[in-house]
Amino acid sequence: MFTLRALAKQFPNGTRALEDITADIQAGEFVALLGPSGCGKSTLLRLLAGLEAPSAGQITWDAGHKPGPGDVGFVFQDATLLPWATAAENVYLPLRLRGQSRAETAPLIETTLARVGLAEFAGARPKALSGGMKMRVSIARALVSNPMLLLMDEPFAALDEFTRHRLQEDLHHLWRETGKTIVFVTHSIYEASFLASRILVMSPRPGRIAADIRASVPEGPNRRECPEYIALVHRITETFRRVMPL
Amino acid sequence: MNQLRERLAPFVFGMLALGLWQGSVWALAVPSYVVPGPIAIFNAYLSDYAILNPALLSTLTVTFTALLAATLLGVFLAVAMAASTLFRAAIQPWAVILQVTPVVAIAPLIIIWVNQPFVALVVCATIVAFFPILSNTAAGLAATPPELLDLFHLNGATRWQTLFLLRLPAALPNFLTGLRISGTLALVGAVVAEFVAGSGGFASGLAYRIIEASYRLEIPRMFAALVLLGVSGIIIYAALGLLERFLLRKRNAA
Ligand SMILES: Nc1ncnc2c1ncn2[C@@H]1O[C@H](COP(=O)(O)OP(=O)(O)O)[C@@H](O)[C@H]1O
Ligand SMILES: [Mg+2]
Repeated sequence: MFTLRALAKQFPNGTRALEDITADIQAGEFVALLGPSGCGKSTLLRLLAGLEAPSAGQITWDAGHKPGPGDVGFVFQDATLLPWATAAENVYLPLRLRGQSRAETAPLIETTLARVGLAEFAGARPKALSGGMKMRVSIARALVSNPMLLLMDEPFAALDEFTRHRLQEDLHHLWRETGKTIVFVTHSIYEASFLASRILVMSPRPGRIAADIRASVPEGPNRRECPEYIALVHRITETFRRVMPL
Repeated sequence: MNQLRERLAPFVFGMLALGLWQGSVWALAVPSYVVPGPIAIFNAYLSDYAILNPALLSTLTVTFTALLAATLLGVFLAVAMAASTLFRAAIQPWAVILQVTPVVAIAPLIIIWVNQPFVALVVCATIVAFFPILSNTAAGLAATPPELLDLFHLNGATRWQTLFLLRLPAALPNFLTGLRISGTLALVGAVVAEFVAGSGGFASGLAYRIIEASYRLEIPRMFAALVLLGVSGIIIYAALGLLERFLLRKRNAA
């Protein structure tokens, strides 16, 4: 879908957040960007979204894959919903910004909310929703414009473990169903191993790709216990031990 | 039960204070041209309401016109300052200077320059009232979550969409806090301006009636005018509080 070639980012204050990032991402992959805090994961995601420009290197999009407005869905660590708007109005927002009417998009908003399991909460305002439900609305808002690329920046990091597991399962299922390309930032080895089809392990200061691991955990109800998953967690842990000795 | 007691407490305290005041005035036989008791003040209002009510109306007209002008000016400047750092740099120090200069000091000039007295009063009261709206709205606009600004950008939002669908609604709570402060300041500004104008011979508003009553040693009437001002201030503050609750009810709905 796109190629990163020798991508680097240095901030005006001199911080070198990323250096020599090279990777080739295929359409339909679920890529986890995994690394400790401050290794430049968010910065890389912002470069992909076009919210920031690289200071060196380039991102090349495959033919027909260069995203325009609304082609990138972004989910932040906090749900960042509009507090004055209902769940349905929050999901409607990306469509509204492109001039689509509420009436013409009502069925789409309804099915999108249903897809994240919130069909009954269309009229609820953020104050009335739990953390997990707010994150579901935020995911629905990112999905509603049917983006070709979904970028997620530690979306489940602030949730309790039970809610996080549920959302991880639902997101993985959603990816299997839709075949969307997802780039998912996380600092959890377990989360990356459970969710992703490919894991880019990043090392800090400046952020580099330390390992590029293809995951082959079989689908099914026991994903979190099967030997392939445990082997994957083990392999990533080993990688970190190698690139970030204590 | 406790809640009811807390709600009643200010009224009970007020009644006790009034009773004590009236009692002392009676007991010490203080003449009403020095300190009138509450009853004398109430009687002064009953006999002079034909003068005091129009004066109150005039003061309130200045107050609300000034509050409206302060709202438009404050919000406009805040939006312009949020949109352009150059504009912010150019305007901010002058807004602060205007804010820290006592209005009593500028009022005589304004009353000379603006020869339409009503407009002069409104200008003075607006100068006093606009700053809290400006600074609170500016703070609210600046505190718009950066993630939401990114989200709008990613979806190709125009500047106007970002302003009306995100920045202004996000700044609404701060704006309303500023409005509440400005509401009472507009009344203060109107009264101060009336004092200055009144000593220049322009007869209008409660402040003028207070000056006039003090010249004539009609102290009960002076107190009656004061009470009207105080009550107006409380009502303005409470009404803006209700407006705030009404406008924010959606986002606070649990
Ligand atoms: N706008 C910025 N200006 C300067 N430095 C920044 C900026 N954004 C991030 N950084 C720095 O770049 C590094 C990487 O940040 P970030 O991408 O947020 O890391 P991560 O998401 O992996 O925790 C950090 O050292 C951070 O302090
Ligand atoms: Mg981050």
